[in-house]
Amino acid sequence: MGNSKIRCSLFGAIIMLLFVSIKTQAQNVENGKKIYQTKCLVCHQSDGGGVPNMNAPLDGASNVVGNDIARLVKIIKNGFNERVELDGLYYSNSMTANPDLTPAQISDVLSYIRTSWSNKATKVTTVQVQQAIKGNQKTSAK
Amino acid sequence: MKKGIYLLLSISIHFLANAQDNAGLTLPNGFKANLFAENIGSARHIAISKNGVVFAKLNRADKQGRTIIRLADENKDGVSDNITGWANYGGTGIYLTGNALYASSNEAVFKYQLNGNDEVVNPLNPITVVSGLISRRQHESKSITFDKANNIYVNIGAYSNACQEKDRTPGGKGMMPCPILDSAGGIWKFDASKENQTYGDGKRYATGLRNVIGLDWNPQANKLYVAQHGRDQLNTFFPSLYTDAQNAELPAETFYEINEGDNAGWPYVYYDNVQQKKIVSPEYGGDGKKEGASDIKNPAVAFPAHMAPMGVLFYTGNQFPAKYKNGAFITFHGSWNRAPLPQEGFFVAFVPFKNGKATGEWEIFANGFAGTIDGAKITSTRNAKARPCGLAQGPDGSIYVSDDSKGSIFKISYQK
Ligand code: HEC
Repeated sequence: MGNSKIRCSLFGAIIMLLFVSIKTQAQNVENGKKIYQTKCLVCHQSDGGGVPNMNAPLDGASNVVGNDIARLVKIIKNGFNERVELDGLYYSNSMTANPDLTPAQISDVLSYIRTSWSNKATKVTTVQVQQAIKGNQKTSAK
Repeated sequence: MKKGIYLLLSISIHFLANAQDNAGLTLPNGFKANLFAENIGSARHIAISKNGVVFAKLNRADKQGRTIIRLADENKDGVSDNITGWANYGGTGIYLTGNALYASSNEAVFKYQLNGNDEVVNPLNPITVVSGLISRRQHESKSITFDKANNIYVNIGAYSNACQEKDRTPGGKGMMPCPILDSAGGIWKFDASKENQTYGDGKRYATGLRNVIGLDWNPQANKLYVAQHGRDQLNTFFPSLYTDAQNAELPAETFYEINEGDNAGWPYVYYDNVQQKKIVSPEYGGDGKKEGASDIKNPAVAFPAHMAPMGVLFYTGNQFPAKYKNGAFITFHGSWNRAPLPQEGFFVAFVPFKNGKATGEWEIFANGFAGTIDGAKITSTRNAKARPCGLAQGPDGSIYVSDDSKGSIFKISYQK
């Protein structure tokens, strides 16, 4: 009897935990969308399409949905003005740096751009962003 | 009810059929358009010989690795049927004078010789007229035009938005004086008969021009006219001074009559088309109201913000109705920086002139390049089907418009 009570509340706790984590993940993307609208939309446009030859698209971009989170974090923090080939094309504008975004905010905006439009990649956690920042500092110190 | 639907259907079918007739464009009465070429690549500026051969400068090499495309219409049906090409450098500028074809990369201007059939004689070894011009990605196009004395005018765009210490930074201060202006942000003049020139051989003809892609010599006034791309992002960098809605309308895209030594004010001021004043940039202490120095050039015509003027053509032909003679056509590429508001542009405008002077008016001449039905707004720039860029006049007085997104060339003619 007592045992099943414990089981029951354990089950409840798991459900609660699951619920909380789903909810924070949703908030994560919602918050990322807000950051996107104020800091990124002007260049990358509402559909993530970018501007031909000028601002790189995020929708369908192999780097954006790829696994190199450290690179994405670095681009968002420091801005980007290297004119490297991105999926076979080049872009002429310079991207604004975002030194004021916290690791949590960077994970939010990354989660938003990786799961929006046609993009179906994994979300990014704050811990991943913190690790990436540490790693990037090490490589730039070399 | 049913009748109404049929009526609607037949009207819309009629509308579509008409639009198809004119290659999807809407034009003033009596004008017709057709596709002279399709899918030729990122066609920037174009030039046309007296025999009607079209030369297009590509921004990127096409599949065959070519960046200057020659399009001839041998059976004279209004559609190109013999397409060849050469060169391997991207760029925007192209200009034909006599048998000399000039083309620009993002750093240099080259000269080719054409034979009597408008075929290039020296595709692999052009003469380098000018080289070593600054190209730092942003605003890198070196568009070119000529006066009547064989001088070449080259735009050298500023590699910056508003000369901030760190480009495109929220709240960032502008550099004083702006060091970019020594070697960019203006129009440079060179003698087209000389070879291997660089900055020291030319002179800065006009300054304070952020980026000019469209420029042409007004033969009636004997003066240079240029269309400037105004600065971006007043709202995102100075949100306490400008709303999204204000940024969508500020600053004007400006069209100037240029005399030697003129200063159009970039980066210190911009032209506000609502107040009709030159306003100090927020990077230089402006608050959206403070007026700039009075010796800054006023525009001949001010257009809505961010539409990106790409090509200018003074019309000297006899085919179009009289009102067009000696007036200017301007292509607008279409905006991106009006977001989050809908984009504008994607059309060819006409600017009437009287005795060599702009009247200050303008109108849309050819619209529908974006390909949206019933003028529905483009919200993301990539959705525009075609983006008008180059402009040139054919020997019969038709005009040609290039599109650098899908590589179409539209031919627009008038039939009495
Ligand atoms: C001023 C315009 C501008 C703004 C604002 C801007 N970007 Fe960018 N972004 C660019 C440009 C231009 C590039 C390509 C730069 C290059 O090739 O050197 C780029 C590239 C990127 C890339 C790399 C794409 C790839 O395929 O590798 C990512 C990711 C990105 N931006 C995300 C963002 C996010 C997130 C924001 C908002 C926090 C943002 N950008 C704000 C202009 C901008």
